[in-house]
Amino acid sequence: MKETKKTYWKGLEQLNNDPEFVKHADREFPELPSAVGEDGSASRRDFLKVMGFSLAAASLAACEAPVRKAIPYVNKPVDINPSIPNYYASTFAVGGEYGSIVVKTREGRPIKIDGNTLSPINKGGSSAIMQASVLSLYDKQRLTGPKIAGSDADWKSVDAEVKSKLASAGAIKVVTNSLYSPSTEKAIEELNLAFGNVEVITYDPRSNYGILKAAETSYGQAMIPDYRFDKAKVIVSFGADFLGTWISPTEYSEGYTANRKVTKENPVMSRHYQFESNLSLAGANADYRTPIKASQSGLAVLALYNALAKKAGAATVSAQAVEIAHLDKAANDLWAAKGTGLVVSGSNDPNVQIVINAINDLLGANGSTVDFSNPVNFRKGDDARMSQFVNELKGGQVGAVIFYNCNPVYDHPRGAEIAEGIAKAKVSIATNGTLDETSSLVQVVAPDHHFLESWNDFEPKRGQFSLAQPTISPLFNTRQAQDSFLAWAGSSVNYYDFLRQNWEAGLFTQTETGGEFQEFWDRSLYNGVAGTASEPVALAAIADSSSAAAAVAKSYSADNAGSELVIYSKVGMGDGTFANNPWLQEMSDPITKATWDNYLTVSQKWATENGVTMFEENTQKAQVTVNGKSIIVPIMIQPGQAYGTFGLAIGYGRTKAGRAGNGVGVNAFDLLDVSKGYVQTDITAGVEVAVTGDSYKIARTQTHQTFMGRENVIQETTLAEYKEDPSAGRYKPEIYKDGEFVKPSKISLWSGHKYSQHHWGLAIDMSSCTGCGACTIACQVENNVAVVGKQEVLNRREMAWIRIDRYYSSDAPADDLEGMEKAAENPEVTFQPMMCQHCNNAPCETVCPVAATTHSTEGLNQMTYNRCIGTRYCANNCPYKVRRFNWFKYHDNKDFAVANMAQNDDLGKMVLNPDVTVRARGVMEKCSMCVQRIQAGKLDAKREKRKVQDGDINVACAEACPGGGLVFGDLNDPESRISKLLKIEETDSAMKEVGEERAYHVLEEINVSPNVWYFTKIRNKDKNEA
Amino acid sequence: MQVTSSVREPLVTGGKSYHDVTHDVARQVEGKPTLAWFLAFLTAAGTLAIGFIAVAATVWEGIGMWGLNKTVGWAWDITNFVWWVGIGHAGTLISAVLLLFRQKWRTSINRAAEAMTIFAVICAAMFPVLHMGRPWLGAYWALPLPNTFGSLWVNFNSPLLWDVFAISTYFSVSLVFWYIGLIPDFATIRDRATGLRKTIYGALSFGWDGAAKTWMRYEAVSLILAGLATPLVLSVHTIVSFDFATSVIPGWHTTIFPPYFVAGAIFSGFAMVLTLMIITRKVFKLEDYITMGHIELMNIVIIITGSIVGIAYITEFFIAWYSGVEAEQYAFINRATGPYWWAYWSMMTCNVISPQLFWFKKIRTSIVATFVLSLVVNIGMWFERFVIIVTSLHRDFLPSSWAMFYPTWADVGVYLFTFGLFFTLFFLFAKFFPVINMAEVKSVLKSSSDKPAK
Repeated sequence: MKETKKTYWKGLEQLNNDPEFVKHADREFPELPSAVGEDGSASRRDFLKVMGFSLAAASLAACEAPVRKAIPYVNKPVDINPSIPNYYASTFAVGGEYGSIVVKTREGRPIKIDGNTLSPINKGGSSAIMQASVLSLYDKQRLTGPKIAGSDADWKSVDAEVKSKLASAGAIKVVTNSLYSPSTEKAIEELNLAFGNVEVITYDPRSNYGILKAAETSYGQAMIPDYRFDKAKVIVSFGADFLGTWISPTEYSEGYTANRKVTKENPVMSRHYQFESNLSLAGANADYRTPIKASQSGLAVLALYNALAKKAGAATVSAQAVEIAHLDKAANDLWAAKGTGLVVSGSNDPNVQIVINAINDLLGANGSTVDFSNPVNFRKGDDARMSQFVNELKGGQVGAVIFYNCNPVYDHPRGAEIAEGIAKAKVSIATNGTLDETSSLVQVVAPDHHFLESWNDFEPKRGQFSLAQPTISPLFNTRQAQDSFLAWAGSSVNYYDFLRQNWEAGLFTQTETGGEFQEFWDRSLYNGVAGTASEPVALAAIADSSSAAAAVAKSYSADNAGSELVIYSKVGMGDGTFANNPWLQEMSDPITKATWDNYLTVSQKWATENGVTMFEENTQKAQVTVNGKSIIVPIMIQPGQAYGTFGLAIGYGRTKAGRAGNGVGVNAFDLLDVSKGYVQTDITAGVEVAVTGDSYKIARTQTHQTFMGRENVIQETTLAEYKEDPSAGRYKPEIYKDGEFVKPSKISLWSGHKYSQHHWGLAIDMSSCTGCGACTIACQVENNVAVVGKQEVLNRREMAWIRIDRYYSSDAPADDLEGMEKAAENPEVTFQPMMCQHCNNAPCETVCPVAATTHSTEGLNQMTYNRCIGTRYCANNCPYKVRRFNWFKYHDNKDFAVANMAQNDDLGKMVLNPDVTVRARGVMEKCSMCVQRIQAGKLDAKREKRKVQDGDINVACAEACPGGGLVFGDLNDPESRISKLLKIEETDSAMKEVGEERAYHVLEEINVSPNVWYFTKIRNKDKNEA
Repeated sequence: MQVTSSVREPLVTGGKSYHDVTHDVARQVEGKPTLAWFLAFLTAAGTLAIGFIAVAATVWEGIGMWGLNKTVGWAWDITNFVWWVGIGHAGTLISAVLLLFRQKWRTSINRAAEAMTIFAVICAAMFPVLHMGRPWLGAYWALPLPNTFGSLWVNFNSPLLWDVFAISTYFSVSLVFWYIGLIPDFATIRDRATGLRKTIYGALSFGWDGAAKTWMRYEAVSLILAGLATPLVLSVHTIVSFDFATSVIPGWHTTIFPPYFVAGAIFSGFAMVLTLMIITRKVFKLEDYITMGHIELMNIVIIITGSIVGIAYITEFFIAWYSGVEAEQYAFINRATGPYWWAYWSMMTCNVISPQLFWFKKIRTSIVATFVLSLVVNIGMWFERFVIIVTSLHRDFLPSSWAMFYPTWADVGVYLFTFGLFFTLFFLFAKFFPVINMAEVKSVLKSSSDKPAK
């Protein structure tokens, strides 16, 4: 190796041999003062200097978010993998609602509920209440353990207390909402075996007693038939809100919309007539809707009967003549569609239902669209027996009363009498999971698990079963009510084994031919459902309807001049069981778009006469007096409300629901009429309504009711027109350029995007959307959308990523802008789900100064929360106004603790979807097209080394929709459902050319090129008429 | 020495000598503050303090303290921003454009007008920062700074970013221009002062020596800066108007905005200069420097720009009708007849109708009328921005999202805060800085100034 002569210097100082440099040359940083003194020892001052610096550095470093301890598993449970969800089939059967569900759990926490596609009843569809029910699991207001006489107790003393007391109580009454769990019934039977004299009394807050009674009279069996909306080609409904709240709305919505999907190849759809007082969800979807007074409803049914009887050559009944629009037309259509027509009524009057039975018999609907071989088992409470029970309770004849998960003090019209009577019973027990209006009055509260913590079985329809299984260990010291019953009965078997034994002895032996029970059990549990429906058979009428018809003719009148109150339930609040669920409280009502309140719906005519106006959220209060009982309630002017009638929703005015539900609205249960032995929702006499003059604000998410004749927003047509021209109703803007008119998409400043892999899109059929709002709650659950509370909704700041715009038609001519702001007296209603349109030429993307909202390579408009500085320019520039701003810190903020419980208390936070960020204050958010699901789907496909297939990924809204109104998919995949639906002609370009005549972009003329298409709304009308 | 025709009215009246000018202006700086000044200053500082509560609440709690909502994402914040920026136009216009056009009458008012510009731009700049959801990040993320976020850059497509550049450029050029003009006057004060004041004004005057060479450089720099500032007068409000003009919202998406905004800005700027000058000349007894001639000339500018703005309003309506765009037509009908009709008609009355009164000589030479109308114009211009921003947003494409905007106490408070800030700064300026450019005024003293008989 050659010896090198080169010398390297550290610097000029070394070259010059600077004495100062040489002195410190051995140090790494010679220019810095040394912490060590010249003699190698640290001086006191230097020590203090270094010490001071370290202290300052340490305290600066400590200025970070506090450390939260997460305790890892010592041994990983077999079936829990971090970030991998598990799904369990179970059953939702609370508050008179039924649905077979699939529960998504993450790290052992249930976080999302969707419909079970294997269920023959809800067929994968879900309702808003079902979607939201998962939050109630994490409600801190639930009871954390049993109570005796109001103080905490342990289960041992509860059992000892109950056993000893029941033994000497005498008559034991178990009060419950409709019981359709075979094993629970057996468990209660055990109680009977142990103590004797046990009677089960069922009632339902939303009663169908009239149907039961009528079926008993007409056919000899008290049952609720299975209404087959999927088979019905002509539907006539008298006040039955079968798409919103009547018996099994999710199931009916699915069947109903199946008959309303119109294509060029198959341009047929069912026709729907609705005769009602309040504007219900079903009425809003009807092709022909006639507002009638509640006092006329019986006569309307009779008139239809007479019209049909004339055609059938049967005897007519004499009744007061009543002029009802579209009734004859309905009769003609029904007759023409014999065998596929369906007439339903929401009335609880058995006589009316008997006439309905007679009509369906005339039409041959019995055995076809009205199926008595698969009767519905929920909401079949016995009003008469319940009323009698209240009398017994009041009279002190009841020894012991056990309230099994029901709250009659609140939700029975005679609740106050029950409250009074409970004290007279020797023993009073409740298994309610919360300390509600009823359970707070009893001696012993033995709280049941939440349904997501429970084992159970159900028989929603005869022969069709579904299982419920726990998806989380019980959060509190609660106990399954059936276990309590078994324990009190002295049985040592636990309910899970009890349930299995029942299934082994029951369904397994009845339906299975050989095989292992374990295999059957596992399969049933996996599927969530078991059993089969039987073929519909007609049930022969055993009684003549004439006496019922005569009774109807007598008790209804065509010219009642008095006010009438029609009590209904809201899609989002139901019977009020979930009043403490802020997701449901803040759900925008499908019809009124109101949140956090109930109100008196009044007709526009009445409002004008009484000088009531509503501008934005401002309204006035009214005093409603019903046979001496009076309440003060805000007024909601409701287009479509029959003049002279008033609507009021139950489910509100809870006093012991919990922090979110207490004191919201007024309790309408008290006003229900039980004078005829059954619960009557139509109160046609003794009603007085007076405007008090006090002002009030109702928080609504939409305060402008009409679409102002804007064809670029709402495009609709009639079936007749559609048959002639599939693009009927379409608005096709054209822009003049270079001597010709061209489509707006032909003129663009943009160079466009390239989507080499996927191009996600959404197709929304406005004819399939019933407006039920299940999608809005599904989105809220999936995407951790904050609840902001009534005041912030009043401030117009609700956070919904998907909303359903509800528009009324107006009678005013197109040039009368002021007139068009007012809805017609009986308007046509259009629902338009609206979310981020994921524009290819997105106006929001260009204006963000920090590029926080950008376009993905798959056509999504993405929001980068971390980058957002909150200028809100994007929201201003969004033509669809779908962007939502975090005006405040909604999480971990005591100001929002009650409303936004899912993001504030430790327990509530367990419901959050860990795949979605909880947004900070000051940032913008909006629909991401469930990008977390897209990414998960792509990852799964990648791991399995395959392409993403159509159906692998679905967005939360589309998944929840019972009507299949939303279809999500890859526009680049020519085989995908959405591509076929839209008839995409050219899949390789970013700007897809769509061949489907019905498909359109909202605001096509501004050429923002959305990835969301809408299909024209088609009404089955003969001609364009209101 | 200005050579002027003897038939021209003198720009400075009262037969002032050079010493008189120095004395009249510098005595405000040198004397003890008057009671009137103290009261005015305390009022301004008090307003600032009260307004600060609203600012603190906004920053602490969030933008939710304001009345904004899902539909109306900007209201008072950007209205105030544009309004203040508009007011900030007069200073540069008077100093730069009138300098280039050799309008000598500007010399008496340019100092205060420039000060007003700078303070107005400071007030304006409050809003883009305060209106952000996360100002602690936005204050620097909106700047194209090198960063460690993975070469994350700003979005050069965004008009808001153009605003950042436009406003900051305008502010820096205006500030430099103003300060350069102050240097000779600071030197004058320095030369008359003793003690600490001498040191401070000495430092502020950058060692000004009054040499011919120094004066030459001063003139050259002034001219260059005037040349630089002139396009800014047009560009700032043009770019501010791009915030709206480049959007898709009916009522915003309008090509007429740039010239219309610039005219409006000059309009409101002159009105604000008048408001302030009428008070200043009275309080500081400067009637000989800011004469009726000045006031009349400024009033003429107000008639012209007010008329331009009026024509722009009418043109917008015409184009909305002529375009055949339904949403656009509705936006304009809604402005005039919708729920915010009162804002629209306030704007029309204040901006279009009331300045026309200045056609009457009696009115345009009346101090009281001018003062009142200058206030009216500024109210009108605030409404103009409110109308453009709020009434366009509150009812745009989808009727389902139509909403109203109601201001909260915090909206009002933040606006008050900027008023407090503006006047606090202005009163400090009026006390400690020469409010009239002594050096330049001396150059327009009429050679034949005849002293009034004593």
